[in-house]
Amino acid sequence: MTAGIDLGMPATQAIRSDEDVVRVRQLVRTTAVAAKLSLVDQTKLVTAASELARNTLIYGGGGAAEVTTIDDGLRRGIRIVFTDQGPGIPDLDLALTDGYTTGGGLGLGLSGARRLVDDFDIRTGVGEGTRVTVTKWSR
Amino acid sequence: MERVPILKIGDILLVSIQVDMSDQTAVQLQEDLAERIVATGSHGVIIDITALDIVDSFVGRMLSAIASISKVLDAETVVVGMRPAVAITLVELGLSLNGIRTALNVERGMELIAAARADEWHEADGDEDAETTATS
Repeated sequence: MTAGIDLGMPATQAIRSDEDVVRVRQLVRTTAVAAKLSLVDQTKLVTAASELARNTLIYGGGGAAEVTTIDDGLRRGIRIVFTDQGPGIPDLDLALTDGYTTGGGLGLGLSGARRLVDDFDIRTGVGEGTRVTVTKWSR
Repeated sequence: MERVPILKIGDILLVSIQVDMSDQTAVQLQEDLAERIVATGSHGVIIDITALDIVDSFVGRMLSAIASISKVLDAETVVVGMRPAVAITLVELGLSLNGIRTALNVERGMELIAAARADEWHEADGDEDAETTATS
């Protein structure tokens, strides 16, 4: 998965409400600007974070996002870990399919977010909650 | 919850989104706009997203919904001011913004609405002529 060492302590934002999803976006944007990601990469990462934070709230029943600046010796990156203690995802392949939704949305949240980042890892089990880790590297 | 203001300029409603909207704020805007279209009898809606640094699937869906709702209420919607990075991200995310007209800025958006209205008038005139010919 994500290689590289952590630069500094991760910043954590609880996701309990609509307003917290906005706060996750703002935290990710600030961190991405500080790590000197390009404007397009910032935009992609913040958009992915918005989708995943909303999933954490709606499907996971709330949780948290942990944002860390990392370095693999060659470049900087931002790693975000979304965790919830929700019901988990029974069929992961299906959940990652474009257009599939159980929540009345467009079904682009998970699949779209995966396309917008460089590394994407998801751990989930029924009754065990879900943990999504994404990384975007500077170019 | 914050609320996005809706301005009336002549026959057009102008919405300039200046805040990072929560989902609830976006839904509220959709409802407020529908009410204002009916209350003012406006035939055009311009949504300026110059200040938005992202459009995710929720906001994208809201923009599509606003376009559909205003269509039913006899108003044209044009989304203006999308940033290049937002456009690139939207496409990669997989959002197509179906049914949404876009323009580079507010001025061009107004031209687009005026042109769309003019087309409709023409079509209406054409139908009337056809009827007259048929009955005579």
